[in-house]
Amino acid sequence: MRPTSLNCVYELAQKDERVIFIGSDLGPGVLEEFKENIPERFFMEGVAEQHIVGMAAGMALEGFVPYVNTIATFLTRRCFEQNVLDLGLHNTNVRLISNGGGTVYAPLGPTHLAIEDIAIMRAIPNMTIVSPADADEMRRFMMQTLDYQGPIYIRLGKGYDPIVSSDEFPFEIGKAIHLKKGGDLLIVTTVITLAHALEAAEKLEEKNISTAVLHMHTIKPFDKEALIEIVDKVSAVITLEEHTVIGGLGSACAEAILEEGFNERKAFRRIGIPDIFPSGYGNQKDMMNRNGISVPQVIKTAQSLINS
Amino acid sequence: MNDTEHVSTRLDKRSIFLRRLVVRALIGGGRGHIGSSLSLIELIRVIYDDFLKFDPKNPFLEERDRFILSKGHGCLALYAVLADKGFFDKTELDKFCHNDGILGGHPERGKVPGVEATTGALGHGLSLGIGISLALKIRKSDYKTIVITGDGEINEGSIWEAAMCAGNHHLKNLAVLIDYNKIQSYGFTKEVADLEPLVDKWRAFGFGVSEINGHDTEEIKNCLNSLPLEPNKPSAIICHTIKGKGFKFAENKPEWHHKSSFKDHEIEQMLTELEKQEKDL
Repeated sequence: MRPTSLNCVYELAQKDERVIFIGSDLGPGVLEEFKENIPERFFMEGVAEQHIVGMAAGMALEGFVPYVNTIATFLTRRCFEQNVLDLGLHNTNVRLISNGGGTVYAPLGPTHLAIEDIAIMRAIPNMTIVSPADADEMRRFMMQTLDYQGPIYIRLGKGYDPIVSSDEFPFEIGKAIHLKKGGDLLIVTTVITLAHALEAAEKLEEKNISTAVLHMHTIKPFDKEALIEIVDKVSAVITLEEHTVIGGLGSACAEAILEEGFNERKAFRRIGIPDIFPSGYGNQKDMMNRNGISVPQVIKTAQSLINS
Repeated sequence: MNDTEHVSTRLDKRSIFLRRLVVRALIGGGRGHIGSSLSLIELIRVIYDDFLKFDPKNPFLEERDRFILSKGHGCLALYAVLADKGFFDKTELDKFCHNDGILGGHPERGKVPGVEATTGALGHGLSLGIGISLALKIRKSDYKTIVITGDGEINEGSIWEAAMCAGNHHLKNLAVLIDYNKIQSYGFTKEVADLEPLVDKWRAFGFGVSEINGHDTEEIKNCLNSLPLEPNKPSAIICHTIKGKGFKFAENKPEWHHKSSFKDHEIEQMLTELEKQEKDL
């Protein structure tokens, strides 16, 4: 997913003179061709996220469209005030491309786990948050970022995830994709957990639980309409995300469903990282499994919701 | 350079006039960062009178120099100058901090004509200015970018991240002016977070550096007209100023950094002092 997003930036830069790339001390060789062919719009800056976001905002005020890339934790936590004021308040056309959203950097420990990025970025007015499920969807999305108004936070999952999205469903920022229909249960998901949701849904069908899957690639603006339309027809909802259960996709769904005020009670569970700093290392899969972000956990939760 | 020299810099007619506009806004809003604005007036005055290329009727004209007041709390000085230059009507000063006014306690882009960037949280303006300056460089435009920071403001780490970047990119069309009035919110900078050796710091970050008396309009003008201070480098101008300059009772007094209310006799005292200084000219 990451190489795709960066290659798209280069592609856009070749087509449009407004595109700028800014990296914060990334690995050697990143976008070498970009640097070689369009050096005046390629910036590899130091480890200084506060400054870089402000600088990108300054460029955007002059009509450029800067794409800023570094690790998700540093692009959200470290420079939060710049994200709020220089991007949100100024409503600047800056795109933040964050590597390792969720538990991608599990072996590196808790300093590198971006498990609350969606929650904090969601609280910023004017901020759009998009987290495609795989490399193919990333490409469809990135091509739409050039003329989009306002700042975008782009959450990258791990790059080796399988392709689960399909170009049968057109991609539009802010429009959720109803990938699978079902009448008993709805699983709402975002980023790479779409793969888990689809696998769980298939297994639940075998157990006679008809399961719908809604892919919320855009967390903000939140497609409440698409969510409510499906929730209306099912009795239970599970949200699945590689993120703390506080303030992310699950919270956004809970807010929307509760405010809709259905006559019939909807059973509801959030699956995500509990309110802890996850411990242990291993790989992303281990970390997700340890915290219940897994197909068996979705199935278990679904059965308990439906049977209650 | 020492403080006695600055106190002895007499205000001329125009500086007195601009301070009257500041007092007008203070009366209107009943509050304001007064000390922090009074140290700035001559700097902003000269920047707009003698240096910046701009069109008050078309604030975002492409062919213009850019000015960012990074220490947004000094906005009363900026508002006085912008109003005087015709960016907006002077009656807006009477509505400072009012619900129906455009002039808030910190300046906002999009609300106040002539304001390039919304500032108020410290340590943002220099990075924004660098982004603007780099954008102009990409476009091969020679227009200048001027940023004013406070002295307390440069306690922020983001300022030094930005400084490192400006030096690295050799932004010769960028200048940062530090309003060095030696007092931050709690007290004297020397005691809260000593900035010295300040000239050496900016020089070490790749800037051409100059020190001036920030109330001497000729000195400010000459310095600005000699930019860049060193070839192919961004410039840092350390402006020695007096917090509360122009009102003896407020000069160099930390308690005049910000006032959330004014007594009638205090306003009276300000106007009397300005009148007296005008008579003595």
